[in-house]
Amino acid sequence: MALAKRIIPCLDVDNGRVVKGVNFVDIRDAGDPVEISRRYNEQGADEITFLDITATHEGRDTTVHTVEAIAAEVFIPLTVGGGIRKVEDIREMLNAGADKVSINSAAIREPEFVKRAAERFGSQCIVVAIDAKRVEGDEPRWEIFTHGGRKPTGIDAVEWAVRMADYGAGEILLTSMDRDGTRDGFDLAVTRVITDAVSIPVIASGGVGNLEHLAEGVLEGGADAVLAASIFHFGEYTVQQAKEHMASRGIEMRL
Amino acid sequence: MTAGTVAVIDYGMGNLHSVASALKHVGAERVLVSHDPAQIGEADRVIFPGVGAIRDCMAEIRRLECDKLLLDVLESRHIPVLGICVGMQSLLTHSEENGGVDCLDLVQGEVRYFGDDHRDADGARLKVPHMGWNQVQQTLDHPLWQGIENGSRFYFVHSYYADCADRALVAGRGDYGVGFDAAIARDNLFAVQFHPEKSSDAGLALLHNFLHWNGQA
Repeated sequence: MALAKRIIPCLDVDNGRVVKGVNFVDIRDAGDPVEISRRYNEQGADEITFLDITATHEGRDTTVHTVEAIAAEVFIPLTVGGGIRKVEDIREMLNAGADKVSINSAAIREPEFVKRAAERFGSQCIVVAIDAKRVEGDEPRWEIFTHGGRKPTGIDAVEWAVRMADYGAGEILLTSMDRDGTRDGFDLAVTRVITDAVSIPVIASGGVGNLEHLAEGVLEGGADAVLAASIFHFGEYTVQQAKEHMASRGIEMRL
Repeated sequence: MTAGTVAVIDYGMGNLHSVASALKHVGAERVLVSHDPAQIGEADRVIFPGVGAIRDCMAEIRRLECDKLLLDVLESRHIPVLGICVGMQSLLTHSEENGGVDCLDLVQGEVRYFGDDHRDADGARLKVPHMGWNQVQQTLDHPLWQGIENGSRFYFVHSYYADCADRALVAGRGDYGVGFDAAIARDNLFAVQFHPEKSSDAGLALLHNFLHWNGQA
């Protein structure tokens, strides 16, 4: 009897539509985040992460309605990230039915924001997203990058994770910018070093191309949860198959 | 017995949207989210939720007189009550959180911390909070467990856990490095550490059972 490791499918949503293509065999509308969330829930997803990439202010209203619609019929934890900049943004998403929000660049601009958010809403709903990229040097070292991995910040990823945990983050969502989109698997080294450095759960993200990558994230990276988008979207694997594979590698899963 | 009106007691701590929509999803005819005694007085059953730090929860429970409300529904009106997460913890005598906080003492027991360097029996480090899907061993036959397989997984997120003094009240046990009380039951009260509203089919089944429970074990 033990806590299960989690599988978290991630949806990138722009103006209320899932982008990056979703291709289930019997889905009516491949861009509808509600239908896709329902599908992942049926497949046994442990949580759902919804990454809002809507650029316009007006589009935020659409995001709120989408979150409300998902929360009204999918009864597993829902995390919303993207565009969370102020306390009011967090309140809006939680009121819409999100269970957690993921904070990324706003934390870099103003680290105290994470502290205020955790004090106001509780650590359990504050996820800090870290986009880390390996930098050249004698020792392995990772730095936080912004703007989709283009802009270095000079911040050491491990020190940042520790600081964010101290500030009250309840969880770290760690994305390797070197691996994101490559399908080469997680950056297991940075996953391991950050998992060991903090006492809060770490979600590994970026680079999943097959089911064994998910298992490696837990077995070698030490991650508490694994996040993936494309391997599920394109119908290559169901969440259920991913869970069965991980269980067959000796990982505790909710089957 | 029909589901009728369910009141979710709102003392300002956390988001009650999920609980309310899960209740509607499993057939609640009417869901009120309120701390108004007149509104709670109309309810046929009551949910007592809670998230966040216990000191803030207890302060708001007392300031809004939700403690009196709870006593009224539990001991005068005898309607079914379901405590969730910090709502369950606040029923106990005392919590170690925030340097020690006195709770409602409706159920004798202590709320304890998992610890900063929490480890399993093999010495492997366990993250705190205990976050995710863990199994619950049903230790009592109870109408709220009906149709839910023993050992089903529910979604937890907590750093503190209940340790009841009267072991006869323990309805479910969890294990996270240490065994803890995941559910307690006494008369018309049932309380759970996990979040049924976030626990997919198993959680929805428990909420459905609650809507059809007559308040007797």
